[in-house]
Amino acid sequence: MSEQENATIRIHIMGKTYRVPAGLTIMDAMEYSGYRFIRGAGCRSGFCGACSTIYRREEDYRLQFALACQEMAEDGMYLVQLPFTPAPRSQYDLEKIDPTENVLLQYYPEIARCVSCNTCTKACPQDIEVMDYVQAALRGDIARTAALSFDCIQCGLCTMRCPADIKHYHMAQMARRIYGRYLSPVPEHLEEQLREIEEGVCDSELDKLVAMNEEELVLAYAARIREEE
Amino acid sequence: MDRLTYFPGCSLKDEAKEFEISAMAVMKVLELPLVEIERWNCCGTVFSLTEDDLMHQLASIRNFIRVQEAGSDEIVTSCAMCYNTLKRSSLFVNHAEERLEKINAFMDEEVAYEGKVEVRHLLEIIRDRIGWEKVEEAMIYPLEGLSVAPYYGCMLLRPRQVGIDDPDNPTIMRDLIDALWATPVEYAFQAECCGSYQVVDHRELIVERTHRILSSARRAGADVVVTSCPLCQYNLRETQSELKEKIPTYEEMPVMYFTQLMAVALDVDSGELPGPLLARFSVGEGVGKGEG
Amino acid sequence: MARKELEIIEGLWEKVEELSGQNIFACYQCGMCSAGCPFTDEMDMLPNQVIRGLQLRDWNTMDCSAMWICASCFSCQVRCPKGVDLAKLMEAMRQIYLRQQLDHVSIDDMTPEQISKLPQIALVANFRKKTG
Ligand code: SF4
Ligand code: SF4
Ligand code: SF4
Ligand code: SF4
Ligand code: FES
Repeated sequence: MSEQENATIRIHIMGKTYRVPAGLTIMDAMEYSGYRFIRGAGCRSGFCGACSTIYRREEDYRLQFALACQEMAEDGMYLVQLPFTPAPRSQYDLEKIDPTENVLLQYYPEIARCVSCNTCTKACPQDIEVMDYVQAALRGDIARTAALSFDCIQCGLCTMRCPADIKHYHMAQMARRIYGRYLSPVPEHLEEQLREIEEGVCDSELDKLVAMNEEELVLAYAARIREEE
Repeated sequence: MDRLTYFPGCSLKDEAKEFEISAMAVMKVLELPLVEIERWNCCGTVFSLTEDDLMHQLASIRNFIRVQEAGSDEIVTSCAMCYNTLKRSSLFVNHAEERLEKINAFMDEEVAYEGKVEVRHLLEIIRDRIGWEKVEEAMIYPLEGLSVAPYYGCMLLRPRQVGIDDPDNPTIMRDLIDALWATPVEYAFQAECCGSYQVVDHRELIVERTHRILSSARRAGADVVVTSCPLCQYNLRETQSELKEKIPTYEEMPVMYFTQLMAVALDVDSGELPGPLLARFSVGEGVGKGEG
Repeated sequence: MARKELEIIEGLWEKVEELSGQNIFACYQCGMCSAGCPFTDEMDMLPNQVIRGLQLRDWNTMDCSAMWICASCFSCQVRCPKGVDLAKLMEAMRQIYLRQQLDHVSIDDMTPEQISKLPQIALVANFRKKTG
């Protein structure tokens, strides 16, 4: 095993070559080489979308896209730190929106410019069919846009690459919000529970809790009855 | 049963639902059902006219690849704009090896497009593969007494190599109207542009076009105008209220898709009909009823 | 500051011909195109004047509003006895602008209220013709 632990790879950053231990993520490899992530890093575990990055492999004409905290550095990779490139977000009041079919077009009209090049899909580190959700949005299918974009972590790589200057992730977020607010069926048990709360079914229990001191609270917590999963 | 590889286009899923509903219902009765391709994207609605532009062909070609994947070599659409765009794209790349090669290299995530998909408009299919007699036979409520003005607009007829009929003297819609025992109306503006996409930044231009086109149809005695294009339909229908504001005496002209006219006669689901016609076409009752 | 005016590039006339694939000198100024164009009332130059301007390399032609009023209806195209596709020339002229990032329609200035009245088929087409 020790042989493997000692193995190193070469990476290129801004034209300079570094030797780093094998088995590091792109982010770790860059940090190992002396680069600091002040922006462009957050959760370090593939959820926040802050660390979107691009790279090339030697002798591959394609540009590659990834999350720096997730993708393993490989021998011969050309790496960069991507600057933060915010995309404008439309202002809307979810409560006042009319969830008609062309509502996404109203707030993100540039989706009408999609040329179906699929570049966005190729760029997505979450393997989302990004073009398909833009296309669904264009034909007014809010539910499909919401469903297809569900795993989006707002990394912005699609938006950086789109020749039509579409703001995919903001638009898709709006679709999910509209879907949640107006289109998704409301679960019965939720409605039931809300009604109970409004009728004050829980009030006396809540009052008891509020009156407890810390010690009593801890005891009550330990003695709680858990509902079966 | 034979079936058609069907490309709906965005509008038919959105503001032109009645077009799809009626087309589906009619084609089912005519025993050549429309089967939607599984995954498709917006065709782009207008064909890019510059020689060097392959980027704007991608949308069409990607749809052709979907057709190819479905094991078909034909794509059928009822939207005139989709038809025109897809058709021109097919003429632009089918048998143009160099262009095909470039496009296929760009779309390296897809299987290569072989350049074999043919694009057809639903009207062509009805004329050439079903035939007017069969339409007439399938009719339940002949539309006797109804004067119908066909509106072709641009995209079904021009350019000549793309048109489904003679651009100077088209007859395909007239023949359809005949087959349904309605009276086809001849008028001067049946193939004149409605103003198309200029509605976005030159709406006044569309209002003027609508006035000319529909007044001409009205003078020729039309009760209703039929179209095959969601944009023509929108322009002709939606700008009439603006016309009314300008010209108080203006009388509204109902506008509907040709498939809706067929649906009424064949007594199948026509989708939402224009208000002024609803009374005449109340469910299950054709116009005049005839001897049919 | 964004550039608002067309930059006169070298070989502009040739570029218009190349993009359109048309031989502008085939036109013998019969005027059939303009006779059939439904939008001449709104145009500052008639379609046949546009092609004449191109033949003469007259700079005013590149300022015409006609290219933006043209709705690509192809009436001129089916009528021209010389086989000139004027709709393609109009598109090539528009493309000269759009490829210099001079959009004719500003998407950012459109309000949700305006768009709510329009079908997406019109927006897709309009943006393809008037934004680059
Ligand atoms: S859809 Fe776009 S923003 Fe969302 S994860 Fe994929 S590339 Fe990132
Ligand atoms: S990158 Fe942009 S233009 Fe290309 S398919 Fe995606 S959204 Fe459409
Ligand atoms: S119709 Fe053709 S030949 Fe006649 S003026 Fe127009 S472009 Fe020229
Ligand atoms: S294509 Fe343009 S120039 Fe030609 S007739 Fe139509 S609107 Fe006029
Ligand atoms: S740092 Fe959050 S996804 Fe990479």
